Amino acid sequence: MTASVIDTPARREKSRWAGFALSERQTWGLLFVAPYIAIFVGFVLFPVGYSFWLARSPRLYVELANDPIFLRTVINTFVFLVVAINVKMAVALFLSGFFTHPRWWVKVLAVLFVLPWAVPSIPTILSIRFMLNPEWGVINQLIFKLTAEDGPNWLNDPTLALTLSMLVHIWKSLPFWTLILLAGRLAIPHELYEAAAVDGAGAWHRFRFITWPSMSTLYVTCTLLSMIFTVGDFNSVYLLTGGGPADLTHVLATLGIRYLRLDQVGLAMASIVCALPLILPLVYFMMKRLSR
Amino acid sequence: MSPRKLLRNIGLEAGLLLIGIPVLLWTLIPIYHMFLFAISPKDAAFSGQLWPTNPTLRNFEMVFAQKHHFLYHFWLQMFNSLIISIGTAAITLFVATAAAFAISRLRMKGGRLVMNLALLTYFIPAAFLAVPMYKTMGMYGLLNNDWALVLAMATIASPYAIWILRQASDKLPVELDEAAMIDGASPFQLFRMIYLPLMVPSLIAVGTYALLLAWNEYLYAFLLLSKDTAITLPVALGNFLSADDSPWELLMTAGFLYALPPAAIYYAFRKYMSSGLTAGAVKG
Repeated sequence: MTASVIDTPARREKSRWAGFALSERQTWGLLFVAPYIAIFVGFVLFPVGYSFWLARSPRLYVELANDPIFLRTVINTFVFLVVAINVKMAVALFLSGFFTHPRWWVKVLAVLFVLPWAVPSIPTILSIRFMLNPEWGVINQLIFKLTAEDGPNWLNDPTLALTLSMLVHIWKSLPFWTLILLAGRLAIPHELYEAAAVDGAGAWHRFRFITWPSMSTLYVTCTLLSMIFTVGDFNSVYLLTGGGPADLTHVLATLGIRYLRLDQVGLAMASIVCALPLILPLVYFMMKRLSR
Repeated sequence: MSPRKLLRNIGLEAGLLLIGIPVLLWTLIPIYHMFLFAISPKDAAFSGQLWPTNPTLRNFEMVFAQKHHFLYHFWLQMFNSLIISIGTAAITLFVATAAAFAISRLRMKGGRLVMNLALLTYFIPAAFLAVPMYKTMGMYGLLNNDWALVLAMATIASPYAIWILRQASDKLPVELDEAAMIDGASPFQLFRMIYLPLMVPSLIAVGTYALLLAWNEYLYAFLLLSKDTAITLPVALGNFLSADDSPWELLMTAGFLYALPPAAIYYAFRKYMSSGLTAGAVKG
């Protein structure tokens, strides 16, 4: 309401009612958000504040920097984020196109395809871990049957183990992002493609000039969101490699927990504080996008 | 149909199959491998066959009867998982529905701030929040108590729940509230008689989300609970790894049983889930 509104008695009557209702509304509003505020203060604000306080000593950061595992962990995390997420999102973008094809068996496949995401991580990741067992795992048994030679000791080689962790991460979360991108593709008006077909555009041109321009914002949002989630992905690494061999495959998500288990809470928090410069820009960007 | 067009169609079908088959194998092999272990006798499980020569249900019997020291509390642990999941869903629904109502319908002052705080919480990586959470749960004296996990999971589930519910609630026409207010309804009556009934589909989506989140959670469960009788099933499964001679076929059987309910729930509520959960992401 601007000042130019004519102040009629009826209007005044209404605004007085509105003013009264607002304060009553406000009371009710506070009452309704109170449970969430309680949860937020008790289990987010206080814990996080307390932990920052625990991580305040500069000595901790010196100790952290001198821990060779930490540097390795930072590199691993970086590689994990850059490689795994970009591969995953590219594949998801490609497969979302595949799933738009109207075939009965593509529909069936789409239903099955969601299984890795619908099923809890523990049993499936442990299943993969057993498949990779150097002696009894099904993969090395097959290699032995086919070549009469022993397969590699998959999880005992840091590079291989980290790569496999990334594959596990992709296996688990690919369906989710594919579905999101599929929803994005289905929201593109079909007339655009029909017009392009009339103009004789090939598959690449349709993608380049219709699909991608309509989806690039969604794709970037998904990539950033996936990065934030993946920084906190504990299971893919911990359940497959446990951070081993020799603590060489830790990522920041598992390193913090490792310090915590060794009762070094200060170091655990310090390692998380070190990850903040990586995460805060992403979070800021996502907040701007989502809180409109 | 011209031969050229026919050829192109065959090419397209072949191309689709060429993508579809690897996708199918990639998706199913780890799950099939788990199932294979579950129906294989102990020795045959390690022979690397694609189908056991003598499939058996003996592993299931062993798990059901809790006949291995890793499985002594199988049913209790499954019950713990169930209670904690239901508790998480209930608390998340209560907290998030109320908060979304205040923010979206009552348009309270500071609602935007609350929403932003919730979103910020949503963006804290779960493994990072776990460290502070563990410390404070210790201070609150809740370690090894079901409540610790329920509250932790509700904390993690609420922000997203509020966000989804607020979006759904914003779509309800304002006139409904105005009409009810003029008829003298209090905000609470508005909440109970207009808001809740109209929000049922979103409430189902959010409840299912919180339920599955808690059922599937490993990290928080293994940090906050450690007694054999207090832990949830995923922690018990993780404990199999502590021994070198773990009975893998029993682990896979128990894991299979543990994975069934969430898969069933997911597929049963798929419609609610996908519309509710993708709507938000597509918006961005």
